[in-house]
Amino acid sequence: MIITVASGKGGTGKTTVAVNMALSLENVQLLDCDVEEPNAHILLQPTIREIRPVTTKFPVISEELCIYCGKCSKFCAYNALFVAPKTVMVFPELCHSCGGCALVCPKNAITEKERQIGIIKKGEANGVEIVYGELNVGEAMAVPLINAVKNQTKKDKTVIIDAPPGTACSLVASVHKTDFCILVTEPTPFGLHDLKITVQVLKNLGVPMGVIVNRAGLGDRKVYEYCEKEDIPLLMEIPFDKKIVELYSRGVPFVTQMHEWKEKFQKIRDTIQREMQWLKRLQ
Amino acid sequence: MVKEITVISGKGGTGKTSLTASFAVLTQHAVLTDCDVDAPDLHMLLKPEILETQEFKASKVAVIDQDTCVQCGKCEEHCRFGAIEKPVVDPILCEGCGVCVYVCPVAAVELEKRVSGYAFISKTKYGLMSHALLNPGEENSGKLVALVRQNAKMVAEKEKCELIINDGPPGIGCPVIASLGGVDMGLIVTEPTLSGIHDMERALGLLNHFKIPALVCVNKYDINEENTSRIAEFCASNDVEVVGKIPFDPIVTEAMVAGKPIVEYAPKSNVSKAIEELWKRTLEQIVT
Repeated sequence: MIITVASGKGGTGKTTVAVNMALSLENVQLLDCDVEEPNAHILLQPTIREIRPVTTKFPVISEELCIYCGKCSKFCAYNALFVAPKTVMVFPELCHSCGGCALVCPKNAITEKERQIGIIKKGEANGVEIVYGELNVGEAMAVPLINAVKNQTKKDKTVIIDAPPGTACSLVASVHKTDFCILVTEPTPFGLHDLKITVQVLKNLGVPMGVIVNRAGLGDRKVYEYCEKEDIPLLMEIPFDKKIVELYSRGVPFVTQMHEWKEKFQKIRDTIQREMQWLKRLQ
Repeated sequence: MVKEITVISGKGGTGKTSLTASFAVLTQHAVLTDCDVDAPDLHMLLKPEILETQEFKASKVAVIDQDTCVQCGKCEEHCRFGAIEKPVVDPILCEGCGVCVYVCPVAAVELEKRVSGYAFISKTKYGLMSHALLNPGEENSGKLVALVRQNAKMVAEKEKCELIINDGPPGIGCPVIASLGGVDMGLIVTEPTLSGIHDMERALGLLNHFKIPALVCVNKYDINEENTSRIAEFCASNDVEVVGKIPFDPIVTEAMVAGKPIVEYAPKSNVSKAIEELWKRTLEQIVT
């Protein structure tokens, strides 16, 4: 089973939920797909066993073979190539590695090279396997690195994916083809607004979902009203609690100090399993 | 010359939008933008009245005409994004590169333009605002951010505004980079948690990478004063000024629920005083 934890709005508690849930279950693999700002390892403090570079392809032009016909730059949908009368400029950071330029070149003047966009790290802490990506600072394209992290998925485990904030392509790459999505929100107008957009993304993708309200007690009741109206199950409320805030600030997952919460996270897993069986029967 | 500042954080939820809205109140005659185009929230505090709406058509998606298709499998074989299976395009994975169109021997594939969002120019009671909304799950958020900033510059020049304040997105990737190109200052809003510090360091790395002057402010500084000291030390050793520290106060959430910038909702609160002070210091840095 693959469960993604997402939110839309940043800072609502995705990583808190993902890590505490991972520590409450058995046989878990945690994939941190927030490759721009990965934080799960800060709470989990894993022993790192493997680091590997992640690369993407970009074109290299042979000046000897090139006739400056401009077909490659005309084809490129991402403006990664610029052909002048006597030179070709390549902008690797704009390239999506589609391979089209090499295909359209009439002189076979284009080959592809690899360039590093980040690394993935694999490790383990308290029986939880963790994989996370770190995008190079200054690198724009997160999706290939997110995919590299997701390629490490171990299907025989309960996989928890910590998704990045936002509702654009990075979220889609993280949540695509997962079994269930836990949406972590806070009971505020910002939390609700971004929750609504994220719900739309999940509906488009056909991923079933449930909501966890974090910092319950702050804000207003509109998130609850919305979930009820949309028939989205409320899986858990995490109260606004000074102790939880303080533990988080020091990087301590709260289930390690407040054991009663482990059972609550196990119950969420059971609810999700029931929900999925029910959906399967509907199909 | 119009000056431009972008508020970023690395980590989400540290208070970028609440601060930007307050800066808007404290600075008459600035142009405000919301560069968080896929989860925009600034409009909920500034209540813009939309003057102009633009369609944003940046992305394309491949469509296969099943009647013409001869099932040769060439498109599937060449697609690097795994977006074609049993010749059907998964529009979620398709990046609109056009390789499938090129390799199809019977011209059964076409690229269709799709509207992937909208850009707006609006009026608020604090000044003009440029913002946008990306359709749920779309690509090209960076290009839409560029359009938002281009609109803001145009408006600023027309109305002779001297400052553009950009509310940036979380992270350090594509849309953040698009919100930073050529700006005069990046203000990082962090919080005294280990995650906040880790993400601030990467956000600062990004500003250094693009040679953009950086300032830092610590929000909710009193939830862990030891970590706040660590931030101050880190900034001092990296020659970055900490322009302000804002205390934690649930009144900030109350203001958000009321749909008002905090400095307007509770002008006498300690939070508002801290924001005024930090904005004053930030403006001094931008002007010099």
